Amino acid sequence: MRETVYDKIFKPKTYTLSNGKEVKQHASRMPFILLIVLFITIVSWEVTGVDLSMIRTRGYQFIVILLAMFPPNLNFMSNVWGPLFDTIQMSLLGSIAGALLAIPFALLSSSNIIRNQLLNGFFKLFLSILRTLPTLVTALIATFIFGLGTMAGTVAIFIFTLSYIGKLMYEHIENVDMGAFEAHESMGLSKVEAFRYAIVPDVMPTYLSVSLYAFEGNIRYAAILGYVGAGGVGLLLDERLGWRDYPSVGMVLLILMLVVFVIERISEYFRMKLT
Amino acid sequence: MNKAVQLQLEKEPNRKLYLSTIGIILAALLVWSFMGVNITGFDPRGTQIASNIFWGILSPDLAFLFDFRTAGGVPYLLFETIAIAFLGTIFGSLLAIPISFLMSPSVVSKPVAFVTRLVVIFIRTIPSLVYGLMFIRVTGPGPYAGVLTMSLTSIGMISRLYVDVIENLDRGVLEAMTSMGCNTYEKIRYGILPQLFSNFLSVTIYRYDMNLRDATILGLVGAGGIGAPLIFAMRSYRWNEVGSILIGLVILILAVEIFSNKLRSKLVNG
Repeated sequence: MRETVYDKIFKPKTYTLSNGKEVKQHASRMPFILLIVLFITIVSWEVTGVDLSMIRTRGYQFIVILLAMFPPNLNFMSNVWGPLFDTIQMSLLGSIAGALLAIPFALLSSSNIIRNQLLNGFFKLFLSILRTLPTLVTALIATFIFGLGTMAGTVAIFIFTLSYIGKLMYEHIENVDMGAFEAHESMGLSKVEAFRYAIVPDVMPTYLSVSLYAFEGNIRYAAILGYVGAGGVGLLLDERLGWRDYPSVGMVLLILMLVVFVIERISEYFRMKLT
Repeated sequence: MNKAVQLQLEKEPNRKLYLSTIGIILAALLVWSFMGVNITGFDPRGTQIASNIFWGILSPDLAFLFDFRTAGGVPYLLFETIAIAFLGTIFGSLLAIPISFLMSPSVVSKPVAFVTRLVVIFIRTIPSLVYGLMFIRVTGPGPYAGVLTMSLTSIGMISRLYVDVIENLDRGVLEAMTSMGCNTYEKIRYGILPQLFSNFLSVTIYRYDMNLRDATILGLVGAGGIGAPLIFAMRSYRWNEVGSILIGLVILILAVEIFSNKLRSKLVNG
């Protein structure tokens, strides 16, 4: 371990081993880190006005809505399916389109495929900036541009998926062992062929499993996009919550949970198979 | 071709049927989803608004962006968002520790692990906005509701990643310590905690990164943070303000991401 300022203030303990060699044990940095964390916690505590006694005195209010959701309004079930399918379709289309477009973006960002630092840097920055935009904000902007409805939600999911898969993929591609690629080239294959037989088989399982994972998460995201008018089951949730029709909200959440659970199972099964 | 190579090649199982079935299912799903999403193209005013947004971001409201004194300026709003995400992550990760132990099959019995998993899925699927509304009843609108919401929504992912850490513990260390005659306390203190601590911390930092991004959502229901001013500004077409908030947000998130990546790689590599 390197000597740092910290070690100069808190001197390391020195042990003398039986063979006369001296070993230094650096003072733990734990107290220092804990102090910083504690400090930030206190500041945040003050800023956000956290008051734990409130949970004790008014915590039951949290349960009130939850209890009002039971029993779920079964008659409402038939109203849920339409928006729910919208949500699934939105996230499916957005995920597939995003995953496909992520391939060229990831390739352009990988310094071992495209040897142009300027281009790599540009696309990496572009993906990073896309990633910082919260999905809900993208969705809201999309509703202004594409009008209210499922199209806006699809675009928001598409942008998020593109940035997410793009980043994970270029990180993976940059860590690919280029030996196989060079070996293929030295055997006389063209660059494209070498790419096809050396890089693609290496990257493919990760790509598919990341895409599945993104799709899984997107369904959950898509469920809230309706709040800003971007279609899907969120619209229903917003409306019913506004009317304080909690049994119907409970029904929506119940069905949403079942669907997410099933989709997660399916996707997990395939992801296990891929790795 | 070499005969041995040829033979080996023929041994490869024929997966054409399997792959093409999956391909057909995928194509069908794609067509189905195309039918559901009505591709509207641009709203008539869409291009106009898109260019407005673009110009707004290029010419941000500088007075608003660098307003360090009042509580309504971008710096304070960002600061509040940071605080909400920080406390939310801390609470969430503390709550996730017992849950993750109850969730890992190598610590508790299979049925218990399964039930906990179901509960966590249950917690995770409820959209954060619903939690926000529920907590606002407890605390009233404001950042405190945001903190509570964030804690609850972080539990799901954090505990799932914690479980991975617990399952991947190096048990060799424990065996070595047993053979050296260490007691249970020493085994936990020197064998398990050092392994868990840095990995848990790494997961937590990662989640903080995500929470910062998600904290903008909370503004929608009045749970504090920078989301509400952003959405108000957008709904009333004040694109210059939108521009300043987005610039502040992007810079903050990028900075935190770079910082957290550095920290995490340091944690993992020791």
